[in-house]
Amino acid sequence: MTQADAMKGSAAQAEPMIAMNHVEKWYGDYKALTDINLSVRKGERIVLCGPSGSGKSTLIRCINHLESYQKGEIRVSGTKVDDNARTIDAVRREVGMVFQHFNLFPHMTVLDNCMLAPMRSLGAGKAEAEATARQLLGRVKILEQADKYPSQLSGGQQQRVAIARALCMKPKVMLFDEPTSALDPEMVKEVLDTMIGLAEEGMTMICVTHEMGFARQVADRVIFMADGAIVEEATPEAFFSAPSHERTRKFLGEILRQH
Amino acid sequence: MNYKLDFTPVIEGLPDLLAACLGTFALALGGMALAIVIGIGGVILRDSALAPVRWAVKAFVELIRNTPFLVQIFFIYFALPLAGLRLDPTPTAIIALGINGGAYAIEIIRGGVQSIPKGQIEAGLALGLHKGQVFRLIVLKPALRAIFPSLTSQFVLLTLTTSICSAISAYELTSVAQQIETSSFRSFEVYGTITVFYLVISWVMMRFFGEITRRYFSYPVK
Repeated sequence: MTQADAMKGSAAQAEPMIAMNHVEKWYGDYKALTDINLSVRKGERIVLCGPSGSGKSTLIRCINHLESYQKGEIRVSGTKVDDNARTIDAVRREVGMVFQHFNLFPHMTVLDNCMLAPMRSLGAGKAEAEATARQLLGRVKILEQADKYPSQLSGGQQQRVAIARALCMKPKVMLFDEPTSALDPEMVKEVLDTMIGLAEEGMTMICVTHEMGFARQVADRVIFMADGAIVEEATPEAFFSAPSHERTRKFLGEILRQH
Repeated sequence: MNYKLDFTPVIEGLPDLLAACLGTFALALGGMALAIVIGIGGVILRDSALAPVRWAVKAFVELIRNTPFLVQIFFIYFALPLAGLRLDPTPTAIIALGINGGAYAIEIIRGGVQSIPKGQIEAGLALGLHKGQVFRLIVLKPALRAIFPSLTSQFVLLTLTTSICSAISAYELTSVAQQIETSSFRSFEVYGTITVFYLVISWVMMRFFGEITRRYFSYPVK
């Protein structure tokens, strides 16, 4: 599906889940994002790839305002993401994020990691938060580790807990920022399987990843970025079999050689 | 050496000396409680969005850390009454110890806060927690754990600094020892005895902090 089709589709339906219009971001004099236009429908799964420094992490970090942007507009299910603290909170409660380095809280058990934000941010009761946490820890197949501390788990286990922790907020969108890049190779599969399961259940997802097998299997669209701009955007079949840009071909050549 | 040891005045004064040890503990614990509040509050204000607030914290830390404790306590006890603020020796001592210890605690705790990876803060924000919640629930405990050994030695030092509060006759071990020494001239016995007392007090304090570590900071880390 092309960008134009996506826009048409979203106009026909209700509001897109995420709408980025002409977004630009600078770090001082350095332009990190150039004219980003992206519309993500509910239930859509996007894989974002590109060389390091191409702006993919910056792009998804703008969506939940971990980074601010200077020009254009981002809307998450209709709510404008700007510097207003109240709207930032509202958006963050609807957008889950999984980080490269897991970022579990070391001083809390796995269960407490999952219960913290629902209780403190959504105002859930303890029993309710615990029931949700246990259910989602079960879903990422790690319930038996609920009383352990993050440092006692493997990288793959920690990342699955991080996914469960984000899901405990019942988000409408999940952002994944290179979720398998910091993992030992033998642990990549367990995390990808969890993400595939999530995709199959219809979660709206934007994944920054170089796992091209994952992209082939679950992505509705693959977006390739370079130098802070979206270079190419296509279905996985089209993206891998007939990339239209030289930059994309070069990138794919390098990525696929490693695998 | 013709000096003959005579512990009689010390033995007769023992109940007073032991009671004075409690005074020392009270000053130390009161001072520490205040220092912790000033320390954590100062760390938060040190990163305030308002520049004058940040400068005020920096100036406070510089002022306190670069002037003698004795002058600070004299200032509070003798100079502030001229401005209409008159306090008894013991509250004065606790405030002076708290302010002094607080200035050091700000710098120590700040180091701990800076040692927390940025990803921890981002994870908290991404989960919809406010900045204040992130600090209180996510940053503070690991930060305190990281610097707790330094904070412990600073607080043992604060405990020993209580003896300087004898200069304004606050109720504590050194003051009471001085009174016994003045009336008996048994300097060697009196100060020898309280030296041992201070050793025990320091040891108790270290055990106290060891227990806090064991209870609150014993989560496993790699």
